Amino acid sequence: MLSIKNLHVSIEGKPILRGLNLEVKPGEIHAIMGPNGSGKSTLAHVLSGREGYQIDSGSAIYKNLNLLEMAPEIRAREGIFLAFQYPIEIPGVNNTSFLKKALNEIRKHRGEEELDAIDFLSLIKKQMKLVEMNEDLLRRPVNQGFSGGEKKRNEILQMAVLNPELAILDETDSGLDIDALRIVASGVNKLRTESNAYVVITHYQRLLDHIIPDFVHVLSKGQIIKSGTKELALELEERGYDWLLEKSESPS
Amino acid sequence: MSIVSSCQFLFFNLDFFVQYALLAMNMDRKNQILNSENDKNIALSDEQQTIQNITNQDYKYGFVTDIEMEEFPLGLNENIVRMISAKKNEPEFMTEWRLKAYRHWLKMKEPKWPKLHYPEVNFDDLYYYAAPKNENAPKSLDEVDPELIRTFDKLGVPLEERELLAGVAVDAIIDSVSVATTFKNKLNELGIIFCPMSEAIQDHPDLIKKYLGTVVPYTDNFYATLNSAVFSDGSFVYIPPGIRCPMELSSYFRINAAKTGQFERTLIIADKGSYVSYLEGCTAPMRDENQLHAAIVELIAMEDAEIKYSTVQNWYAGNKEGVGGIYNFVTKRGLCAGNHSKISWTQVETGSAVTWKYPSCILKGDYSVGEFYSVALTNNFQQADTGTKMIHQGRNTRSLIISKGISAGKSNNAYRGLVKVSSKAENARNYSQCDSLLIGDQCGAHTYPYMEIENPSAQVEHEATTSKVSEDQIFYLNQRGISTEDAVGMIVSGYAREVFQQLPMEFAVEAQALMSLSLEGSVG
Repeated sequence: MLSIKNLHVSIEGKPILRGLNLEVKPGEIHAIMGPNGSGKSTLAHVLSGREGYQIDSGSAIYKNLNLLEMAPEIRAREGIFLAFQYPIEIPGVNNTSFLKKALNEIRKHRGEEELDAIDFLSLIKKQMKLVEMNEDLLRRPVNQGFSGGEKKRNEILQMAVLNPELAILDETDSGLDIDALRIVASGVNKLRTESNAYVVITHYQRLLDHIIPDFVHVLSKGQIIKSGTKELALELEERGYDWLLEKSESPS
Repeated sequence: MSIVSSCQFLFFNLDFFVQYALLAMNMDRKNQILNSENDKNIALSDEQQTIQNITNQDYKYGFVTDIEMEEFPLGLNENIVRMISAKKNEPEFMTEWRLKAYRHWLKMKEPKWPKLHYPEVNFDDLYYYAAPKNENAPKSLDEVDPELIRTFDKLGVPLEERELLAGVAVDAIIDSVSVATTFKNKLNELGIIFCPMSEAIQDHPDLIKKYLGTVVPYTDNFYATLNSAVFSDGSFVYIPPGIRCPMELSSYFRINAAKTGQFERTLIIADKGSYVSYLEGCTAPMRDENQLHAAIVELIAMEDAEIKYSTVQNWYAGNKEGVGGIYNFVTKRGLCAGNHSKISWTQVETGSAVTWKYPSCILKGDYSVGEFYSVALTNNFQQADTGTKMIHQGRNTRSLIISKGISAGKSNNAYRGLVKVSSKAENARNYSQCDSLLIGDQCGAHTYPYMEIENPSAQVEHEATTSKVSEDQIFYLNQRGISTEDAVGMIVSGYAREVFQQLPMEFAVEAQALMSLSLEGSVG
């Protein structure tokens, strides 16, 4: 589904990703962990097409498409979803109409018929149960006046409605209390299928207690320095990153 | 664009939806309202999308109808004024009034204080009267020039559909003569007068004598005085005591002849305890020459009466290089004459090369209320100097000003507003909010709030913000599959939501569509 090869990315001449490799297949959950500044969020942004990043070399192929050449909205319509670390507020734009517009853009792209207000409403009501969200939030402007937890749940609701093939969760657990974390994680688990994949970016093991990853990767200085299974996350929780970082630096 | 017919569809859809929503969910009343609100938004964005799909970046209404025009000689003098009056069979008092205005106008100078730059208008090089030639007023649609009907078709207001459009009576004006009035009988039954101004002058001279020029006197300002001398036509509305006008009254204005200044004049009187909502919308054909437009609207609300006046203005704005476009100098003023009366102005200004417009309220009656909701959008080389005046004269009067300026391209957008509390206006209250949104880095937003407070009991608040459409917001919407152009349209519509909410449904849809059209090409 996604194949990243030797990806080098810089911001204003400063290298952030330095030869990153990652293979994601349908049905898999990949956790990306790593210390601050290791390039986790950059990876999320580059995959979703945010401006301001210089692709120096390497490739990212998604469903046989050259991902890095696609406009962000086309990537989204092709099934890439980024759950934002800091969801953006859009004053005055109704949460429901925004989401309906988004879904219909994606459906149009797929050659599917657009949903009318009634069908859309039944869909959203169904998916809201996954994230135990208050209906009130549908009537409010996008993320405006939402608490931190509500914003994150709103991201997962959007994911549930848009039904992406590849979802990237950028530190979705940050700022969540235990209950919200459980709700978000159970939402993700219910949405999980054989055909979609998740890249879960997180600092902490605790999210991975709820969303069980198939693979855990440790990102440091723009490279994946170690990959393993969920046990690796537990080990990181216990020992921190230092032992890995030392190890990775020693040969050079 | 068949905005009108698609509106019907939307209404149908909406009704159905609301019913569905009521059945499906057992919600309290507040929720029901919120929910239909919600769907309104859904419907809006749908409509916007459709319209975007079928339009391109050029001014859509850029065409000229080939109707034979009757024109007077170029320029202005007493003779022309007399000819206009004679052409309309006006009674003597009207001719005299026009001449008084003309003589006064000769002594006046064009104001130079607005933040507007445009080449000097040569008032001798304009035509002051133009009317479709076969001007024996048609009695029915059959009598209307087929070419004219085609014009309305292109505008999306097909005459033959209007009667179906329950709830909206249209007093259609092309250039200077009103050619069709619908729903008149229905309104007649209630004693409501809704007719072209020229007809009102013939049929209701007493009302005209009593009220015309009482809110905007013929000496008021350069453009208003000019209008008083040469006004062509417009709408006249009278709502009798205690009557709530059962439909939105609507009028479409249109400039359609080269070098023809259009000088509409509208007068709306809401008698004691009555209510009326009036919609004014305009489009104009593409022209390479600047066209002058100087209208007057006068509103009078008696005791306990309420007038809601909504405008969507989309005159031709000139091309991307700033060539052409309408010069729009408008005087709109409402008088809250009686106690507990209310006047509410809502305007969405997206067109014109130059806009000079300050819909105002004189709050004379005690406990009277004035409101001004405005969205002014400028793109390319457009210039807008717009705002309001709230003149508090009565006791316990209140006013609210919500102004949303949006500047894109190389345009300039100024809010200019006056809140005046006179010495006798005890306990007057005003709240003003003036927000500016910038798109790109070559446009300008300016705010000139004036306050003259002569009574110490007054409470006057003014809030102002300036913001930019942020890249974060655009990316967020992009990441959900929404194109940048649509994203900007959504953000801007969201920003102006408070104002759109004041508009009747079909106008809100049209307004959002116009906003998106006007912003096309402004990003990215």
